Amino acid sequence: MATNSSSKSKVIYTLLAWTISAAIFFPILWTLLTSFKTEAEAISANPSLFMFDWTLENYRDVLERSPYFDHFWNSVVISVGSSLIGLLIAIPAAWSMAFVQSKRTKHLLMWMLSTKMLPPVGVLIPIYLLFRDFDLLDTKLGLVIVMTLINLPIMVWMLYTYFREIPNEILEASRMDGASISAEIFHVLLPIALPGIASTLLLNVILAWNEAFWTLILTAANAAPLTAFIASYSSPEGLFYAKLSAASAMAIAPILILGWFSQKQLVRGLTFGAVK
Amino acid sequence: MLNKLTKTTCTALSISAALFMAPAVNAETITIATVNNGDMITMKELSSDFEAKHPDIDLKWVTLEENILRQRVTTDVATKGGQYDVMTIGTYEVPIWGKQGWLTELDGLGPDYDEEDLLPAIRSGLSLNNKLYAAPFYGESSMVMYRKDLLEKAGLEMPTKPSWKFIRQAAKAMTDKDTGVYGICLRGKAGWGENTALITAMSNSFGARWFDENWKPQFNTQEWKDTLQYYVDVMEESGPPGASSNGFNENLALFQTGKCGIWIDATVAGAFVTNKKDSEVADKVGFAMAPDMDLGKRGNWLWAWTLAVPSSSKKADAAQKFISWATSKDYSALVAKEKGWAAVPPGTRTSLYENPKYMEAAPFAEITLASIESVDPKNPTVKPVPYVGVQFVAIPEFQGIGTAVGQQFSAALAGKMTVDQALANAQRLVERAMRKARYPK
Repeated sequence: MATNSSSKSKVIYTLLAWTISAAIFFPILWTLLTSFKTEAEAISANPSLFMFDWTLENYRDVLERSPYFDHFWNSVVISVGSSLIGLLIAIPAAWSMAFVQSKRTKHLLMWMLSTKMLPPVGVLIPIYLLFRDFDLLDTKLGLVIVMTLINLPIMVWMLYTYFREIPNEILEASRMDGASISAEIFHVLLPIALPGIASTLLLNVILAWNEAFWTLILTAANAAPLTAFIASYSSPEGLFYAKLSAASAMAIAPILILGWFSQKQLVRGLTFGAVK
Repeated sequence: MLNKLTKTTCTALSISAALFMAPAVNAETITIATVNNGDMITMKELSSDFEAKHPDIDLKWVTLEENILRQRVTTDVATKGGQYDVMTIGTYEVPIWGKQGWLTELDGLGPDYDEEDLLPAIRSGLSLNNKLYAAPFYGESSMVMYRKDLLEKAGLEMPTKPSWKFIRQAAKAMTDKDTGVYGICLRGKAGWGENTALITAMSNSFGARWFDENWKPQFNTQEWKDTLQYYVDVMEESGPPGASSNGFNENLALFQTGKCGIWIDATVAGAFVTNKKDSEVADKVGFAMAPDMDLGKRGNWLWAWTLAVPSSSKKADAAQKFISWATSKDYSALVAKEKGWAAVPPGTRTSLYENPKYMEAAPFAEITLASIESVDPKNPTVKPVPYVGVQFVAIPEFQGIGTAVGQQFSAALAGKMTVDQALANAQRLVERAMRKARYPK
């Protein structure tokens, strides 16, 4: 009887999970389908799910009109560059907060997180002026710096959570054996925390890839990433849904593929320490 | 041996000199920020013609959605960032930015530019003290687009200059909700460039105004009540469901698929609804002037997308050369040659409307010209006003208050509040905004 009710609830939970997944995935599927429609079909009042004249015209138009690969390369440099530099800063910061705690560590962590609650537009003018004065407008370096700073609190928090799961005794043992701080971090801590570091890196690459406020404001023609590429296909006057969908599909494809292949690490990283 | 060495040295020196000299003859690169509208895409496509004529100037393009572009260029021009050399801005920004000293006077457009050929209504909106601060790329007004077949079936005939009363009658007669055909489609989506633009232009023909001569908001007047009540009533009677979220593109889709009897919107839509590739009703569309209430003003607006040079640009000369090319008569001829006369950017030059080939190719051209010419941005409505602008008020605060008022109008259309409540809210929030901004100045 107990087994029967347990398998019943299993079926219900499975159905629920599939329903939620389908609901989340549906907008992406709809975008993909629209990208293969003509503009007239894309705005039709009675849209068809699969029964339409499939066309690659939108992809051809988008590739002809915009330098997709330039935008793609800018996105790669900005997201990977900012995540790697962020890691270099976040690892020692998280190590000190996890293993060399002071009375104010918790406050410091909360303060770091609180910077994420500030609406970005609140600091738009000072940052823009700084960028102008340091000649960083429309440069990849400028975007890497901003993305690093924006995502640093999340990186420190994530790494802090992983590091807290590692028994302090292991690090103490290495100190007893005469390991220096750098040896302790690089030879003892990092190999143990590698899955956590990998998921932090991946998550931040995704966050930086999708960031669409600073990347749109601080770039023009040279450093514009894929967010600017998508934004160039929207229009308040005219038909654009099919081309916009094609541009969106091309912009999200790389990150979807990366997410698909690294989903194990991502899930493990995001749920690490969630259940004790 | 020595001779050979001398020769080699001379060659090396020449190559080095040439390499050092190279930057001096390098092309100057200008960055152009523009919106993703069909006419701008054509400009980008044809810009190789400009580069061929000016090998010393390279072009870099930043094409963006209108609101994102506005946010970006405003930040850049206000902080003198200097990221752009040519900016695409509207008639709303030009007088405000010009007054702030953010734009360079366009005095280098060349002797062949023929500034006198620009339509007077458009030109006056882009000038300060008779000096041009932006050149019009395309201009538009608003007009009535209607289904000739449905109107005929209803036993009615559209006058060239209809009244709002006739529009209501025609919309009701054309509505057949069982077959999904709605008599009228009007913008309902909230936004200063969306429903506020339409209703403000409409209100001019009802004799309403945003402010009196002392900058006091006027939403508590009978004229505003008549305007909004008419809008809500006609849409309830003959409008499509969910109209409060319909903007230009949603109504375009409804009209092109045969779901709308009448659509009152931008004249630029004339080319879309008569395009056989996308429109199911391409050969059934008629055009008329925007309606009136017999008070001497019609409910049409005036807008132009223009090209301007920010004062922070260090390449103003090259930027003006580009603007001169993109807004010239020669450019119109180039577009006509490559894309056909119907694709020529409308609403900027008198000579275009004197061209029989254009008039034949664009069935909406006559109404477009008449609509543009009928508008006076300095006297937009029946009573005197202290501001410039037909469907907007050219003050920096308008983007904010225009959208907030549009939200009240949209809520009234959706039935979330009455017309009286919407107008009372509009009056209150505009009064507060104007008090904070310390008007009158």
